[in-house]
Amino acid sequence: MPGLEDLYREIILDHYKNPRNRGHLDAPAVSAKGHNPLCGDEIEVFVLVEDGRVADVRISGQGCSISQSSASMMSAAIKGKTVEEVRALVSRFRHMMSIEEEGPAPDTTVALGDLEALQGVVKFPVRIKCAVLAWNTLTEALSNT
Amino acid sequence: MAHDLSSVRADFPVLAELIDGKPLVYLDSANTSQKPHAVIDAMSCFLEHSYGPTNRSAYRLAADATDAYEGARVKVARFVNAAKPHEIVFTKNATESLNLVARAWGSTNLSSGDAIVLTHMEHHANIVPWQMMAAERGFEIRWVPLTADGLLDLTDLDRLLDGAKALSFTAMSNVLGTINPVRELCAAAHAHGAIAVVDGCQSVPHMPTDVREWDADFVAFSSHKMVGPSGIGLLWGRESLLESMPPFLGGGSMISDVRLDGFECAELPAKFEAGTQPIVEAVGLGAAVDYLSALGMDNVRAHEVALTVEALDKLKGRFGDDIEIHGSPDASVRGATISFAFRDVHPHDVSQVLDQHNVCVRAGHHCAKPLMRLLGANATVRASFYLYNTSDEIDTLCDALGETAEFFSA
Ligand SMILES: Cc1ncc(COP(=O)(O)O)c(C=O)c1O
Repeated sequence: MPGLEDLYREIILDHYKNPRNRGHLDAPAVSAKGHNPLCGDEIEVFVLVEDGRVADVRISGQGCSISQSSASMMSAAIKGKTVEEVRALVSRFRHMMSIEEEGPAPDTTVALGDLEALQGVVKFPVRIKCAVLAWNTLTEALSNT
Repeated sequence: MAHDLSSVRADFPVLAELIDGKPLVYLDSANTSQKPHAVIDAMSCFLEHSYGPTNRSAYRLAADATDAYEGARVKVARFVNAAKPHEIVFTKNATESLNLVARAWGSTNLSSGDAIVLTHMEHHANIVPWQMMAAERGFEIRWVPLTADGLLDLTDLDRLLDGAKALSFTAMSNVLGTINPVRELCAAAHAHGAIAVVDGCQSVPHMPTDVREWDADFVAFSSHKMVGPSGIGLLWGRESLLESMPPFLGGGSMISDVRLDGFECAELPAKFEAGTQPIVEAVGLGAAVDYLSALGMDNVRAHEVALTVEALDKLKGRFGDDIEIHGSPDASVRGATISFAFRDVHPHDVSQVLDQHNVCVRAGHHCAKPLMRLLGANATVRASFYLYNTSDEIDTLCDALGETAEFFSA
């Protein structure tokens, strides 16, 4: 059985205890709400897109260490990226979580950076939903632009 | 402890399983219970030797299968002290039983201007079916509030019941463990001309049940929580009410005649048992009821009271303010289902660390979101004990929580 260290890497616990980019944004920022019916986690993602780039991002809501740290790391990773780059990162991240996508295979050269730490979640299948919650919610928010 | 625990444990093969060389500590029986050899063997023996259709064919195998199926009904009727076996209806689970009542009884008794009363501690299974009917028929749903200790606050019960047609409530909360005063609540409902519907899912497996002493009108419960198989649920209903209701599902077996211009219903209980029934599951359920009856439900309750007292003591003693246990601290008004918040560690993370010790607990909203909102939590950890759990398992739970605290404070 995989150990707890595989799941709760130091950087994950750091993001859980000190979440980045908490809060909310007003219009013209877009937002979406997501929740994980299994464990009751709830999240809201706000994104401000200016000139095709993520100028700002904020996360609110509450949940377990995996959903919260994944959201925090995501917020840090997407700030400043173009919407295209963000979409590529989302698909790369979902691929790392072993989620099958329709359409072309994700570009595996997209750098994950700190997000690699979430790799261990795959060994705990029930937690995959927690890890992708913020990402799915981000995708929904971006579809509102 | 009130019964011979080591022999009881030996009856449940899964409890001897080792995962990573360590024993399984199953503390999720409020969710679903484990099964004894008696149940497993009864089902496989029936499948090997006696399986056939019920209530349809004349040959011997079919007659034997029918006897086994109807025999289970008699056992369940005795187990809850029903006046007649045909007051017991087999369903798929308690959820279906409650849907049956809401729809079949509700369709001839509830319309706009009417009201029913539920409580703040109900499982979704005793909320949503009524809400679905209310959306169609426009009746009002009123809610009995809770006290700070997680008991029903009955101060305004008379006002809530005034003009109501039904009071539907759980005999025991699946989150707080609270045991409700069923007999008093049934009497209060009747005093206002309302029927009393009891969700017995969490109480029937854990303590003696007497539907006539309760003077209830309907009681829903599930086989899988009372050491029986999944796939079969139960509804006990007062004969006169079951007779007066329209059927729930239509199809084979529930009719006495079908013509091109209509149909006539079969007698009870077939009227509410459309289609091929969970035959094997009924046989397993019969064995489960025999198993529980042989142990004695008073003994089961006594064992669980002892475990509850000990678990509450140990959890509070060891973790103090780091643990917030929901519901009443008084074991005489609660069952062995203990929901709690642990420091600021999310329940999902708590259960992950506990799983590392093979301690199985539920983390989540327990299908009781209105109650969770009242508690101000998205989720709780819930440890629930049953007739096969031990003091040692309470210690394992405490040790695993100790490690959780360490892990998340580091
Ligand atoms: C109080 C209560 N009511 C209803 C149910 C629904 O039971 P089932 O899932 O067997 O239909 C449950 C169990 O989950 C329960 O605890």
